[in-house]
Amino acid sequence: MSEQETIITGAAEAPPPVSEWKRFRRVFFQRKLVIFGLVVLMMMAFTAIFANWLAPHNPYRGNLADSLLQPCWKYPLGTDVLGKDTLSRLIYGSRTAFMVGFITVGIAAVIGVSLGLLAGYLGGLANMIIMRCMDALMCFPMLLLALVIAAVLGGGIQNVIIALSVATVPGYARVMHGITLSVRENDYILAEEAMGAGNVRTMLRHVLPNSLPPMIVLITLQLGMLILAEASLSFLGIGIEPPGAAWGSMVADGYQYLLTNPVLSFAPGLTIMLVVFAFNMVGDGLRDALDPRLRGLL
Amino acid sequence: MTAYIIRRLLMALLVLFLVTLIVFFVIRLLPGDPLLIFVAQSQTSGSMSMKEVEHLRVEFGLDKPILVQYVRWIWGILHGDLGMSINYHEDVGKLMLERFPVTLYLGMSAFILSGVLGILLGLVAALRRGTWIDTLATTFANVGVTVPVFWLGLLLIYFFGLKLGWLPIAGYTSPFDNLWLSIRKAVMPVICLSIVGLAMNARQMRSSVLEVAQQDYVRTAWSKGLRERVIVLRHILKNSLIPVITLLGIGVGFVFAGSVLVETVFAIPGVGRLLVTSVFAQDYVVVQSGTLVIAVIIMVSNLIVDISYGWLDPRIRYG
Repeated sequence: MSEQETIITGAAEAPPPVSEWKRFRRVFFQRKLVIFGLVVLMMMAFTAIFANWLAPHNPYRGNLADSLLQPCWKYPLGTDVLGKDTLSRLIYGSRTAFMVGFITVGIAAVIGVSLGLLAGYLGGLANMIIMRCMDALMCFPMLLLALVIAAVLGGGIQNVIIALSVATVPGYARVMHGITLSVRENDYILAEEAMGAGNVRTMLRHVLPNSLPPMIVLITLQLGMLILAEASLSFLGIGIEPPGAAWGSMVADGYQYLLTNPVLSFAPGLTIMLVVFAFNMVGDGLRDALDPRLRGLL
Repeated sequence: MTAYIIRRLLMALLVLFLVTLIVFFVIRLLPGDPLLIFVAQSQTSGSMSMKEVEHLRVEFGLDKPILVQYVRWIWGILHGDLGMSINYHEDVGKLMLERFPVTLYLGMSAFILSGVLGILLGLVAALRRGTWIDTLATTFANVGVTVPVFWLGLLLIYFFGLKLGWLPIAGYTSPFDNLWLSIRKAVMPVICLSIVGLAMNARQMRSSVLEVAQQDYVRTAWSKGLRERVIVLRHILKNSLIPVITLLGIGVGFVFAGSVLVETVFAIPGVGRLLVTSVFAQDYVVVQSGTLVIAVIIMVSNLIVDISYGWLDPRIRYG
């Protein structure tokens, strides 16, 4: 069935006008997995914020007498070789993951959106230079680029954030570039320009708001990918310094004790998966709810 | 079509130039003296005097201005000289050549596996939409993109290597030396390398088939009374593959990014492991040239995707 047809039949039946917000809520909460993802994310955010109160033990200092314990009442997920409580480290690890995820997305989105907007709006040479630079950056696998940058800058969480920001900027720039080009085609932009509005005004008043829905979707999906990338880097040994807690390095630390204490590696890995899955589901749900092409179909 | 290809090639050349700039200046302009780090690390073999350090600096050409170093690097690469590893004291080209077949063997296997299986899975899921097959495939695809590759490796090692004892847990054997052992050692790394690409291909294929199946020409084919097999193979498959091809191009990047992790987990002597080792050894020559080689491979595969895209879908090359 073509799109045209849907529109015509839709018009003929003339459904009662539904507010945009109501439609968004209906579509967004339609799928159970989206709700599941949302609940997981809210719980994780809660955990990260109140880690001090929720963690049963000190995540940084262990009791050597309790080294490598199996899960028990005192330590629900067992302890590592230094006697540190795995559950408490998982809880504190959520802070690392969320901090890296949100700060990186913030930096990368602001830079990427500005570059994409500029390139799309100015066109010509500026467009050429900016977009080809983005193409060049995209030739590096995100993990590899981040690995190299983090290695050159040295360890530490702030360098991981810088590295991942550089690696994710092109994604935002490309999407923004595409949106800018398509919005510019509209007649109301022509009208706006005819009335003497400057570039800055047009960009801020029209192009930017139009880009908001796809950007929200992209950011949500990127958050999951970034948490995965942060975990991969810290698995390789780049990132937060010990005794700080990060999920990826917990998996790596548990490697040696895989046969006797598999929970040391399994628990953080499962947590990473759960969080990334939640972000992806919420992102998919947002896309379904925000995509104007699906309007009336869902 | 020719004009389109030429335009693409010119663009690729420009991007290639930018890629070399990024690789070189990211590694060289950031703080840290590679030579001093190297000297500090090799302290065990007797201390070096400042004079010897300066001698090394001249030997590696690090005393020249940065632009001269860049030009010399590019000039060398154009002549097939990737430089001398500080850490291994060997030619980087030789180091890479030794390890490349390993990464390529595992990477190609994973690439083919993720392409074929992903496309099949997506196709079946879309054709049997709403059935248990669809649910299973979609769930698998949704979970597959979220799995931390390194963790999946540990999981496989734990169950198939340690608990069941079916597969060797680490290492690499060339298929020419011992085919059976080589395959047994490759199974787990290839699964890890292919999982993300497989899941992404399946997702893209499913939505792409669903979209194509709604087109008018598919309805016409049905109403002509064609058999399902013919409609799927002739009308649906071909057109729904176009968006998947883009993903296949991205998949090359995933294989290389994945090899960094997978080769570390399974102790495989490939390019990924070489890069990780060199990153930690601050062996900038290897990191620089190795990263460039990988970036160029990805660029070329993107170029191939772009050109085949224009060939498959005429709307693009005139756009």
